[in-house]
Amino acid sequence: MRILAVSGSLRSGSYNTGLLRALREEAPDGVDVELWDGLKEIPPYDADDDVVPGPPAVEAFRELVREVDAVFFATPEYNSSVPGALKNALDWASRPLATNAFRNKPVAVVSSSAGAFGAVWSAAELRKVLGAMGARVAEAELAVGHAAEKFDDDGNLVDDEVRQGLRDALQVLLAEAQPAAVAA
Amino acid sequence: MSTIEQTEQGIPTGTWRADTVHSRVAFEVPYAVATFSGEVPDFEAALADGKLTGAARIASIQVKEENLQAHLLSPEFFDAERHPEVSFESNSITRDGDSVTVDGTITIKGITKPATLTGLATGPAIDHFGAHRFGLTLSTTIDRTEFGMKWNMPLPNGEPALSNEVTLKADLTLVEQQAEA
Repeated sequence: MRILAVSGSLRSGSYNTGLLRALREEAPDGVDVELWDGLKEIPPYDADDDVVPGPPAVEAFRELVREVDAVFFATPEYNSSVPGALKNALDWASRPLATNAFRNKPVAVVSSSAGAFGAVWSAAELRKVLGAMGARVAEAELAVGHAAEKFDDDGNLVDDEVRQGLRDALQVLLAEAQPAAVAA
Repeated sequence: MSTIEQTEQGIPTGTWRADTVHSRVAFEVPYAVATFSGEVPDFEAALADGKLTGAARIASIQVKEENLQAHLLSPEFFDAERHPEVSFESNSITRDGDSVTVDGTITIKGITKPATLTGLATGPAIDHFGAHRFGLTLSTTIDRTEFGMKWNMPLPNGEPALSNEVTLKADLTLVEQQAEA
């Protein structure tokens, strides 16, 4: 099982990227969590450039999403919503809508912020966007507030409760990706 | 042949299958200020010994916009990848003159609920090729949220754009099947 982990933050010390590194550490045997580092390479969406093939960075992202079994997002919140860079990458990936790489793809969204609410509104917006794209949005919820208290100076997660939350969210995503196997 | 005379005011016996060219399975749902509608043209239906059954392949759903069709097939609505069919199976059919009531169960997105279809029964009658035809014009209203379809979008006034109440329609021309020799 291959899981692509996508952080909505480009910051080197990002709490959300830290969440995804912790997710990779917590993944059970047989589940490979692969951190995507191509977000900064995605150009701004321009319908004039939306041709076949698209920009190389966009095509690489689409291909990666098609290859993996599921996608796990961790996002901060900018102005009560999804960071522009992440939304832009999804706008590219969503084209053309009827056959886009996220169609029927199991996805999960968690979030983190320095504030009390853990970017919960951004996570909700991101789930809405992914649903509109046709993704299979797993009912996983984890909003990590007061992030500065839960990560060390290097941006690594040091909170066991949050690690348990990540394991739980991953299980929900795996169940969505393998309904028959989990039910058996 | 006495079938028509015997069943004129009842539900015909024997096996009848939908002539899908002259039949239609459709839906209507209030959206914003008007009604949005679509059809599911790939279906079959049969009336066999008083039991009505039908199934429609949701991938064939037809609306007037490609992206909207894609949204309807996605997990937010029908999830056609995992639940390719919607189906109906009757438990009882009662006819009173032209009026007909069909009690049964409907399955959408893998969720089965009781449903009562009401409408008109016509015939049986003999068509211009000598085949026996029986008409059923049926409809029922379901709450789509009970079948895992909860998508909505608020209008500027805060009201939801899409109604939860969806009318399902089946206009069936059923043709009597001849027993194999």
